[in-house]
Amino acid sequence: MIFLSNLVNGISLGSIYAIIALGYTMVYGIAKMLNFAHGDVIMIGAYIAFCALQYWNVPPLLALLIAMAFCTLLGITIEGLAYRPLRQATSLAVLITAIGMSYLLQNLALLIWGANPKNFPSSMIQIPAISLFGEQLRISGVTLVTILANIVIMILLTSFTMHTKLGKAMRCVSEDRGAAELMGINVNQTISATFAIGSALAAIAGILLCSAYPTLMPTTGSMPGIKAFTAAVFGGIGSIPGAMLGGVLLGVIEILGKAYISTELGDAIVFAVLIIVLLVKPTGLLGKPQREKV
Amino acid sequence: MKKLIALVLALCLTAGLFAVAAADEPITLKIAHIGPQTGAAAVYGTATYRGAQIAADEITAADGPYDIVIINEDDTHDAETAVNAYNDAMDNDAQMIVGTTTTSPCIAVGALAYEERVFMLTPSASSTDVTKDKDNVYQVCFTDPAQGAASAQYIADKKLATKVAVIYNNADAYSTGIYQTFADKAAELGLDIVSKTTFTDDTTDFTVQVADAQNAGAELVFLPIYYTPASMILQTANANQYKPIFFGVDGMDGILSIEGFDTSLAEGVMLLTPFSADAQDEKTVKFVETYQNLYGEIPNQFAADGYDAVYALAAAAEAAGVQEGAKAEDICDALIAAMQKIELTGLTGTMTWSSNGEVTKTPTAVVIENGVYVGFGN
Repeated sequence: MIFLSNLVNGISLGSIYAIIALGYTMVYGIAKMLNFAHGDVIMIGAYIAFCALQYWNVPPLLALLIAMAFCTLLGITIEGLAYRPLRQATSLAVLITAIGMSYLLQNLALLIWGANPKNFPSSMIQIPAISLFGEQLRISGVTLVTILANIVIMILLTSFTMHTKLGKAMRCVSEDRGAAELMGINVNQTISATFAIGSALAAIAGILLCSAYPTLMPTTGSMPGIKAFTAAVFGGIGSIPGAMLGGVLLGVIEILGKAYISTELGDAIVFAVLIIVLLVKPTGLLGKPQREKV
Repeated sequence: MKKLIALVLALCLTAGLFAVAAADEPITLKIAHIGPQTGAAAVYGTATYRGAQIAADEITAADGPYDIVIINEDDTHDAETAVNAYNDAMDNDAQMIVGTTTTSPCIAVGALAYEERVFMLTPSASSTDVTKDKDNVYQVCFTDPAQGAASAQYIADKKLATKVAVIYNNADAYSTGIYQTFADKAAELGLDIVSKTTFTDDTTDFTVQVADAQNAGAELVFLPIYYTPASMILQTANANQYKPIFFGVDGMDGILSIEGFDTSLAEGVMLLTPFSADAQDEKTVKFVETYQNLYGEIPNQFAADGYDAVYALAAAAEAAGVQEGAKAEDICDALIAAMQKIELTGLTGTMTWSSNGEVTKTPTAVVIENGVYVGFGN
C-alpha cells in the first residue's frame, strides 16, 4: 500500500513535469530552439494566479484564465522581442538569449514580488481527497486534478496538431521551415502561436505545481523547468506523447528512487536513468531518428 | 630651537585630542552590517539589519561614549557577493563588522577578515566553521553542535518523545551539522531515531520523507532546517493527516511570516531559540514595541541577534578604548581581548564569550500557539 501511495505521488509529480515538458517539446519541435525561459514563465503564471486569488479575490477558474491570458501574452512578447530577431542567427545565440531571458524574468519577479516565499493559496483546487482500500490509500484532490489535466491536455494537443489548420501548419514548419514558407505558410505567425500555446500550458503547469507544492519564490520554476526539459529529452524531444511519457516516468522514478533507494540520491538516480536511456536510444523513448539530408 | 617648537606643537595637538575626549564629544563607530536582504534568505538579513539599526540608534541617542553608524550591505546569501559587500564596506571605512548573517557567506568573508585583521561578530551564522582557526570571528548565536545537542537534551529531559524522525537538508552545512550532533546526543540519551531522510535545496516534493516518518511511527519530527522547506513539510504532513510534534531550531524562526501560509498548520510547532517576542522583561517589551512601530511586524530571533551584536561591539569597543577614526586592523587585537572580558545581558540572554569565539548562554524552547511564540515550561 505504501508502494501504491508512492506510485500515485510519482504519477502526480510526473504529470506536472509532463505538462511543463509539453511546452519545451512543442517549441523545440517547431522553432528548433530550447526555450530555457519556459520554467520562469511557469513561475510568473503562478505569481499571477497568486495575486488574482490573494489580492483581487477572484474565483479560482477566473484566476486560471487570467494567468493563462497573461502568460500567453508574455510568451508572444518574449518570442517577438527576443527570439524573432534571431531567427537566422546560430542556435547558440538563441540559446544564450533564452538563458538571459530566464534570468531577466527571475529578477523581474524578485523586483515585483520580493524575495520572501509566498504560500500558494489552497483555495485554487477545492476537490476533496479520496480514500481507497479503506483509508489506506489517500489521493489528494490536487493529485487527481493534475493527472486528469495532464491526460486532457495531451488529447487536446494531439488532436489540435493532427486535425486543425494551424496544427498542420505547425507540423509543416517543424518538418521543413523553408518548404513550408514556399507553400504559403506564415512561419512567424505559426511560431508565435506555438509560443502562445506553450505559455498558456506553462500557466496551467505553474498553478498545478504550486497547488501541489505551495511555496512560491522567484526561483520556483527553475528546477522543475530543468527536470521537465530532461523529461522532454527522455521521451524524445519534439514528440508530444514522448513528453508525456517522459514526464510521468521521470516523476515515478524520482519518487520511487527516493523511497526505496535513497533520499540523498533521488536526483542522481533520475539523471542516471536519463543517461542510460540516451546511450541505448539516442533520440529518446519515442523520438524518431532523423536522417541528415546531404 | 626647531625641535622645541615641534615638541610644543606636538604637545598642543595631543592636548587637543584629550580636550576633545574630555568634552565628551561622542566617538563615531562605523560598523558594517552584511547580510542577505534579497534572495531566498532575505528574511534573516533584513531582520539582523533592522535589529542592528535599532541598537545603533539607541546607543547614539544615549549618553554613552559612542555614536554608531551602520554601513549596510546586502550579500544575497551568496559567498561571492558577500566578499564584494565586505570590500565595499571596508572602502567605506568600516571599523568592525556585524555579520554575516548566514553561514556560507560568513565563512568566505571570515577568511578575508582574518587576513586583513578586521573584527567580526556574526549575529546568526551558527556553524563552527565560521569561527574555526580564526581568532577574530565571534558569534552571538549558538553554534550548530550546541543547537543539535541541546535539542536532543531538551527532548529527552521533557520526555517529549522516544521515537524520533529527522528530516534534514544534506546539501547544507548548517542542517547536516545540527543533525550530526543531534544524532550523537540522541544515541547517548536513548532517543530512538526511527526515520532519517534528507532533501536538497531544489526539492519541492516531501511526500517520501513525511511518509517515511509516518510509517516508522515517529512521535516527534526533528527539523534542523530553514523555514521554507519546513512549511512544505508541515503542509505535506497535514495532507497525510500525520500529527507528530514538530521540533525545529533557529532556522524555523520566520515560518509565521510567510505570506499566505496557513499559520494554523504551525500550531504546536516547537523550536529552540534564545529569544521569544512574548517575553515580559523590560528590554524585550521595549525592543518589540520599537520594532513594531518602525517595521510593522513582530521581530524574530535574528532581529534580536542583530541587536545584541551591536551592543556587544559597543561594549567591546569601550573596553578596548577605541578612538575616533581608528583603523580596523589597529583595533582588531584589542577588540579580541575585550570580547573575552565583557559580559552582556541582551535580548537573547546573558552572554560571555570564550577565546574560540563561541558564546555561552542558556537556550529556551518556545511553542507556537495561536500564531505567536509562547515560552514552553522551561
